[in-house]
Amino acid sequence: MILLDIVAASSLFLGALVAVTGAVGVLRMPDFYTRAHCSGKGDTLAQLLIFLGLALYTVAHAGSLSVNTPAVVVRLLLITGFIIVTSPTATHAVARGAQQDGRVPWRKGEPRR
Amino acid sequence: MRTVYLFAVLLVFWLALSGHYTAFLIGAGVFSCALVVYLARRKGVFEVKGGHPVHPLLTGAITYWPWLFGQIVLANIDVFWRVWHPRLPIDPRLVRVPYRTTTDLHTTLYANSITLTPGTITLAVEEGEFLVHALSAASEKGLVSGQMHDRVRSLE
Repeated sequence: MILLDIVAASSLFLGALVAVTGAVGVLRMPDFYTRAHCSGKGDTLAQLLIFLGLALYTVAHAGSLSVNTPAVVVRLLLITGFIIVTSPTATHAVARGAQQDGRVPWRKGEPRR
Repeated sequence: MRTVYLFAVLLVFWLALSGHYTAFLIGAGVFSCALVVYLARRKGVFEVKGGHPVHPLLTGAITYWPWLFGQIVLANIDVFWRVWHPRLPIDPRLVRVPYRTTTDLHTTLYANSITLTPGTITLAVEEGEFLVHALSAASEKGLVSGQMHDRVRSLE
């Protein structure tokens, strides 16, 4: 299935692009909170896209791969559901920790920290 | 009751992900699930305000989740160009966002949805309002419009 292959590949590529953007954001952002934006959330979409790509790839090559296709797809979906719940929770926990620690958010015009 | 329920859900999750049904691995699964349930009890996870924990998440399957996914994509595009923009056009601010959700589950759903959409992180949950860190004026605007809040409330 050439069409499924193309969709799977685009999905994997976009996922990788979003993940790289998250990493660049962590390097470029000026303080803890703005970095948390990049590290915690780009990852969720990146993971969604990459898992979607993997699931489609498994389906497209069901005959030639020596794996149990439904089992793989169900697991990918379960892990996706899990990450959608845990990823924002973890980001919130870390950011709340910083806030309770009295870390003041960076404002426009201040030097980088 | 909730103890049994959580244990069952965890065990099914373990069995679905494991795929290896030997005595040792199933035993390890039962032990892990029991440990998690014990820790959850100690932490007071079961003392939540409001109804049955799962059904609103399922009723939202048709309306809420696809809409949230669309919002995540739109918001990612916004953060995407800010990160790659040479001048890094961000203007972070703290915003207080009121909420009127009635159960703990919906409050959590709303808080987590805010954190999931890039450009906004829920920092603190206070009585009647969240403290949110927004990356730019655009992210703040989306939040204050209250559209997400109304959608979460419609799931109640």
